[in-house]
Amino acid sequence: MSLLTTPSQTVGPYLRIGFLPLLIDAIAPAGVPGERIIIRGRMSDGDGKPVNDGVLEIWQADAQGKYAHPEDGQKTIAANPFRGFGRVLTDGGGAFRFTTIKPGPVAGPDGKQQAPHLVVTVFMRGMLRHLITRMYFPGEALNETDPVLQRVPVDRRATLVATAGSEKSIVEWNVVSQGPAETVFFDF
Amino acid sequence: MSKVLGYRRPYFDTQPAHLYPGYRSTIKRAPSKPLIHLPHTISEVTGPLFGPADIGPNDHDLTAQHEGAPIGERIVVSGRVLDENSKPVANALIEMWQANSAGRYRHDIDDHDAPLDPNFTGVGRVLTGADGAYRFITIKPAAYPWRNHYNAWRPAHLHFSLFGLGLVQRLVTQMYFPGDPLLPYDPMYNSIPNEKARERLISHFDWERTIPDIALAYRFDMVLRGREDTPMETTRS
Repeated sequence: MSLLTTPSQTVGPYLRIGFLPLLIDAIAPAGVPGERIIIRGRMSDGDGKPVNDGVLEIWQADAQGKYAHPEDGQKTIAANPFRGFGRVLTDGGGAFRFTTIKPGPVAGPDGKQQAPHLVVTVFMRGMLRHLITRMYFPGEALNETDPVLQRVPVDRRATLVATAGSEKSIVEWNVVSQGPAETVFFDF
Repeated sequence: MSKVLGYRRPYFDTQPAHLYPGYRSTIKRAPSKPLIHLPHTISEVTGPLFGPADIGPNDHDLTAQHEGAPIGERIVVSGRVLDENSKPVANALIEMWQANSAGRYRHDIDDHDAPLDPNFTGVGRVLTGADGAYRFITIKPAAYPWRNHYNAWRPAHLHFSLFGLGLVQRLVTQMYFPGDPLLPYDPMYNSIPNEKARERLISHFDWERTIPDIALAYRFDMVLRGREDTPMETTRS
């Protein structure tokens, strides 16, 4: 027996009122161990215009590479101050910014480790269904062998890797929904 | 780490295409390059979990969030969240937002010439119970015009956002009302190729959950993706 899944529909132009109550731009509360980082960037469309009504949802492991989820062996979710979830909205110029800790490497298919990464879900007006992408970290040796990055054509991999910012704690990463510099999105 | 039990991929034609020119904004926003097949790893089968601490006392009742009662027809909207295998999804966070009974959102870019209601914000949230059930009390929203094409009107709808147990169960959708004459004209609704899947978005009049003298009721069940039958360490492309 199989039920038909409910189809996706766009968040529309008024997503802000629905998504604002659960805005989380500081993913790791004070006291959570790990290397503190600031991620900032811009979201733009096929004309290079800023997406001023976009949403990013971030899902990540902790510094030990563990997700706050029973399927990753974490039984005491309530006691864990680190949920690993963030949500930010873009501003009038398409810019977004959030802070977190760098996740550790996590287990991957075929017994390979996955390089530290954030899973990023993208919503905006004009998207009938959301997209999933990933953000990897600059200068990370594991990026060379990451089983998901390996599936991406070499000339497009850079869209998934943040660039080092002006300070060590800052990385920059943009989301381009369409065009020559289009961010890699996944069929999930 | 042992093998990961993935989720089923969408059944063909049950989800809208990314590019659907009938909804004009998709033209410059839909990806133009092929999506890359993503195996479901521990990063995708896990996802944020929520609990009672994430919900406020009046979050489920959009008619009780202000001093006075909002104007409009009070309705109960309830249902269950299940997965494809008919398994209830417990503790799913549901966020809901909507226009008021005049077809206006409490949002600074909504310039539709219809009144705002000081007693209606139009935003709610609930957590599903152990049986996947949820229930909102709200006001029936009205249709409103939009600028997609000449004389474009959105049928009355509620926006729903759901978090299941795993990231790939995430769903944002819209609920419509039975018998709405605007549905055949709506690009959003018609973006779903499969007719049966499309009809999933239409709620059912629900006599048994009406509240006598208070409110009529609509039932809206939502179905998230279900698990694969067997663990897959590597996936087909």
